[in-house]
Amino acid sequence: MNLTLHVWRQKNATDKGRMETYQATDINEHMSFLEMLDVVNEDLIGKGIDPIHFDHDCREGICGMCSLVINGIPHGPERATTVCQLHMRHFKDGDEIYIEPWRAKAFPVIKDLIVDRSAFDRIIQAGGFVSVNTGGTPDANAIPISKSDADEAMDFAQCIGCGACVAACKNASAMLFVGAKIAQLAALPQGKVEAERRVKAMVAQMDKEGFGNCTNYYECEAVCPKEISVKGIAKMNREFFKSMKG
Amino acid sequence: MQLETKVPSGALAAKWDKHRFEMKLVNPANKRKYRAIIVGSGLAGASAAASMAELGYQVSCFCFQDSPRRAHSIAAQGGINAAKNYQNDGDSIWRLFYDTVKGGDFRSREANVYRLAQVSTEIIDQCVAQGVPFAREYGGTLSNRSFGGAQVSRTFYARGQTGQQLLLGAYQALARQIGLGKVKMYSRHEMLDIVLVDGVARGIITRNLVTGEVKSFAADAVVLATGGYGNVFYLSTNAKGCNVTAAYRAYKKGALFANPCYTQIHPTCIPVSGDYQSKLTLMSESLRNDGRIWVPKKKGDNRKPGDIPENERDYYLERKYPSFGNLAPRDISSRAAKEVCDEGRGVGETGRGVYLDFADAINRLGKAVIEDRYGNLFQMYERITGEDPYSVPMRIFPASHYTMGGLWVDYNLMSNIPGLHVIGEANFSDHGANRLGASALMQGLADGYFVLPYTIGDFFARTGPSGITEEHAEFKKAEEDLNNKVKQLLSIKGSKTVDHFHRELGKIMWDYCGMARNDAGLRKGLELIPKLREEFWNDVNVLGEGLEMNMSLEKAGRVADFLEFAEIMCHDALDRDESCGAHFREEHQTEEGEALRNDKDYCYVAAWEYAGEGQAPRLHKEELKFENVELATRSYK
Repeated sequence: MNLTLHVWRQKNATDKGRMETYQATDINEHMSFLEMLDVVNEDLIGKGIDPIHFDHDCREGICGMCSLVINGIPHGPERATTVCQLHMRHFKDGDEIYIEPWRAKAFPVIKDLIVDRSAFDRIIQAGGFVSVNTGGTPDANAIPISKSDADEAMDFAQCIGCGACVAACKNASAMLFVGAKIAQLAALPQGKVEAERRVKAMVAQMDKEGFGNCTNYYECEAVCPKEISVKGIAKMNREFFKSMKG
Repeated sequence: MQLETKVPSGALAAKWDKHRFEMKLVNPANKRKYRAIIVGSGLAGASAAASMAELGYQVSCFCFQDSPRRAHSIAAQGGINAAKNYQNDGDSIWRLFYDTVKGGDFRSREANVYRLAQVSTEIIDQCVAQGVPFAREYGGTLSNRSFGGAQVSRTFYARGQTGQQLLLGAYQALARQIGLGKVKMYSRHEMLDIVLVDGVARGIITRNLVTGEVKSFAADAVVLATGGYGNVFYLSTNAKGCNVTAAYRAYKKGALFANPCYTQIHPTCIPVSGDYQSKLTLMSESLRNDGRIWVPKKKGDNRKPGDIPENERDYYLERKYPSFGNLAPRDISSRAAKEVCDEGRGVGETGRGVYLDFADAINRLGKAVIEDRYGNLFQMYERITGEDPYSVPMRIFPASHYTMGGLWVDYNLMSNIPGLHVIGEANFSDHGANRLGASALMQGLADGYFVLPYTIGDFFARTGPSGITEEHAEFKKAEEDLNNKVKQLLSIKGSKTVDHFHRELGKIMWDYCGMARNDAGLRKGLELIPKLREEFWNDVNVLGEGLEMNMSLEKAGRVADFLEFAEIMCHDALDRDESCGAHFREEHQTEEGEALRNDKDYCYVAAWEYAGEGQAPRLHKEELKFENVELATRSYK
């Protein structure tokens, strides 16, 4: 199939940036979206044009590095799918495709489709952990954890930290990302010990980074490649209120 | 060169305790005087960085991704082994040790493997304490499943995302130390050289991948946790960014590269569909717990799988290896798949595939159970192929997945260069000629949490703080060399892209140094690689500039190193004139096509030394002594 691509090009953080139009020719339906971009890039390099820069690494939907807004939707039209797992069979000959970076104040563009997501790291650094040092921990079976609690923790722990939730939100809220970590650790006895401190610190950092607040549109859940539930946000709010009581 | 393994004397089970007692300690108040650089933030790197910072050392950690959480450990699916014997099925430290030595086809160092089995149990305790949500039973205890090469259930897992959960545990421990100011994290920084001062590793040169700035970092010791070199085949299950550069630069500075020919080809990956393909996707080995592998008995049988009656199917693993069946180890399963495809019985459009069929398990257990166990993997398969594995069997084929070879290290995980430590997949130490499933996560975390933090202290205590800074002339020289190399790559302005050369190299390596190797093929490889390398340096086209984000330039540097490294792999495979584990020399096989080892002549670690540009590398041998297990023919029948 042949496609027309409109791609955001921006040389660096200070460049204004613009959309450029390229043709993608002879695209095979079994290609992933990123493989399609690889083919376009090979062609651009041959023409002496700087290839389109985009983040990617594992290409199997787990590292959380790929981050494209395709026709207005973070990670593109398929549900529960990262861009690297999106295949061209979902497009048809003659389609026009608009490709943009995540857009949020807290995720400044570095180049083309690559943004700086270090704000997420700083939120985890503020409290997204259990404060145990290596060694001296009790036997793994010492504290029984019910299967349903373990499953719930796992549902939230699946977050890959890609930032699609922020990109989809009109407020650029990071609450699904933050809520997922808080909900995971709140479901486990190991995480309960410092639950109050954790939620306060993570929420404070989230605000400091310039992410907005949730106004219940649930766009985040709709685009989340791991289908993290917005219940995580409710759980975060609940933990936050609990911590306010002191 | 004499290779000193530093393996302590005494009974196998007491060695690690004895060694820990004999190692020198650094007083808690003095630990902050020592600086360590850790390159890589996967399971090994992140766990080491966090643990060392907790102890009080000054740690700097580097990764080329945008966040330490992206390291490729995240993609490990199936699980992590530990000798907990929670299932009461006869497991023990000794059994895990024995299974690992046997699985590695008796080409690993006994003492290292035993230590790995010993600390395996602590890893699970540590991860649970961090809040890793392992799978559990209704009574609240941890679940286990079986993996290849073992007859006990000792694999702990978190759905099909065990690597992700373990890495996030280590990442969070690291993040805590970053937040406390104990670790300085440098993301989007690629290590491009290592700096030796008076023969001791004292720092690294990095390129900032956002600005292109080349910069030095000095320390008292350097730890490489930079993963494997599976991308030498171009197509592999590794992430696109995985590369050999850090390890290879260390090799060029004098570190020995051990057993580079031991590359694991994983039996269950989604088959190649076309030339544009950029990577291959693994389907976890855990699927072989419930999936049955088969091909049609007849050659060129084009019927749909559902139309082929039971008696016309060949469940070849169950037939050939009745006691391990579909859970035969990876090397054996991969070769068996290649064999049936070579016979013309492969399935799918290309004929390079076999079925992994869940129909029996779904009938026996119900779809819900299978979905609970493997839901995310089935979904991933459907995404990529457009086929529903609940109703039609998966098609799978072997692909490059893991590399057992790596930089040579002693019992302290230190290379032959003092101060240069190597952990995780980047070293060669524990898996011999073949790694068993769910053992990579175990080794990465064992090295990072429980081995290196002790052994590096011994190095510090013996050498004292170096006081060396980035102003040292060796750093200036290394920076200049790197800047020149960048200029050179940008000045070629040839006609072919970097990916073109990588793909060509991958074809050479897959054809001549892949799943089956022979003398003539390896010699052919050694003829083709230098030619391709020359063409690369004359005709590669790298656009853009050095002082900016430039992904073509990043790739070019990595591919340039692969183009040199590939030759050492072929030399090693040629020298090892026997079949063992994943290294299968066609000249050496039994009548039934099984690997034929030669313990008399090849019971050694092959450690290769850089001998200068255009020179064949020099071989050094570490003899392997087996005092506790008997060298046996590996049988899974």
